[in-house]
Amino acid sequence: MLEIADLSVSYGKHRAVDNVALTVARAEIVVILGANGSGKSSLLRTIGGIQPAANGATITLSGTDLTKLRAHAIVEAGLALVPEGRGIFGDLTVRENLMLGAYAKRARAGEAENLQRVLTLFPRLSERMTQAARTMSGGEQQMVAIGRALMSAPDILLLDEPSLGLSPLMCGELFGALGRIRQAGIGVLLVEQNAKRSLAVADRGYLLENGRIVGQGSAQSLQNDPAVQRAYLGVAQSAV
Amino acid sequence: MMLSLPVKLIGTAALVALLACVPMVADGYRLSLAISLLNYTVLATAWALFSGPTRYVSLATVAFFGIGVYTVAVLGEVLAWPLVLLIALGLGMFVALIVGLATLRLSGVYFVIFTFGLAELVRQLVTWFEVNITRTLGRYVFLDVTTDQIYWQLLGLTVLVFVAGILIRRSRLGLALRVIGDDETVARHIGINTTAAKVALFVLSASFMTLCGAIMAPRWSYIDPAIAFNPVTSFQVLIMALLGGVHRLYGPLLGVVPLTLLFEFLLANFPNHFSILIGIAFMLIVYAIPQGIAGLLEKLTKRKGAAS
Repeated sequence: MLEIADLSVSYGKHRAVDNVALTVARAEIVVILGANGSGKSSLLRTIGGIQPAANGATITLSGTDLTKLRAHAIVEAGLALVPEGRGIFGDLTVRENLMLGAYAKRARAGEAENLQRVLTLFPRLSERMTQAARTMSGGEQQMVAIGRALMSAPDILLLDEPSLGLSPLMCGELFGALGRIRQAGIGVLLVEQNAKRSLAVADRGYLLENGRIVGQGSAQSLQNDPAVQRAYLGVAQSAV
Repeated sequence: MMLSLPVKLIGTAALVALLACVPMVADGYRLSLAISLLNYTVLATAWALFSGPTRYVSLATVAFFGIGVYTVAVLGEVLAWPLVLLIALGLGMFVALIVGLATLRLSGVYFVIFTFGLAELVRQLVTWFEVNITRTLGRYVFLDVTTDQIYWQLLGLTVLVFVAGILIRRSRLGLALRVIGDDETVARHIGINTTAAKVALFVLSASFMTLCGAIMAPRWSYIDPAIAFNPVTSFQVLIMALLGGVHRLYGPLLGVVPLTLLFEFLLANFPNHFSILIGIAFMLIVYAIPQGIAGLLEKLTKRKGAAS
């Protein structure tokens, strides 16, 4: 269980994330909805240990304090992040990218099984193992990025706008995969702009605006919330 | 063209055996040229081991080389040879560890400047130590190490540095290092302790440089800090590695051979203009073949493959 409380992030005087509290349990999908510049990426980067949090924040994973850990140690603790823009290594093959994901000590023993699991999840990667990652489509690269994160055998998986730039078909495949990741007992926290697709697969959601959480609830209640429909689902006010 | 592993192994063994015969046939001048070639091969390959994948440009080569040289100058006549080498190795690794931990968070030009400063700092420290503590500046090195033995030791070290390079490239660490150069932030995201990986490789690279200096020390009969820590060495090694290409293990070798011969020629014929000419060579190489000879060769073979 990932538990976050009193989390703030500032860039100089600008406060990007303001007093955020949220939880993600294992085997659940939680989505954070927010517009550009609402602080979604800062929030994920801070949880992942790339961006320092302001003093007083609590980030714990199954009781382990993550705020003092460096990024690689956070992976070791069981939290994996797929950064925005995927961050795959284009010159390396798909296999090498995936194997790098098993760099953490916690992942080495189960490396072969984890690889098998990733390939079951994304069968199309198994045909592409020796291909240089840069030669693949955006959707396939996203699969490599998610697969690589899963190779570290995480308890919690963070995804930063995974559907960005993907075709509708790929989007469907991607969100379908998230459901199967949940079945494997992994907790998923994703930030998204594609509210419709992500709420359809998520269990719960939070609304982030100007760095603050302004609403939360089950995915179903958010889908039916008129404010959410106006802001994220593109439903015209008159139609409600 | 892919050769099977046994063929490669036998071929390599035959090549090394052939190279080991050089002292039996070569005259004094050719042997000293061969030693020079091996010396720079070890230094440039060791340099590229670290600086190639991480893209940290180090000018500290001579700091470690000089530590090796000076360890021999001070202890060579007191202790047995293997013990001297071991102590040099230990000292080099120790300094590399401290420096690595302190500086590998620096990036880009700051790291370059720091490593350049480091070589000077070590030189000044040694000078201070010699003047104030031992009250000598400059030492004579008379050891029972023949030129042939120096050659064979360097050949052994060359084999070792290549073996280390191959093992690293195949290991998880090698893969990690390649991606650290690409994107260090993402590397950390996927669970790589980037600092530890960089320090480990920096120390390994420095140990080869230190040993190389220690083995080379008996070549000079007189050593002072200005000779042992000559900054030109660092630049030469750098330019050789860049000319050859740092993204392949054999790359630096392709730069070592032509440049060692060129430097030899320049030193013999234009000793007074050596620095100017080496500077011009430096600029030409960086401008004309940024990917190095190895990169050039690959481009050519790829084009040929595409055409056929």
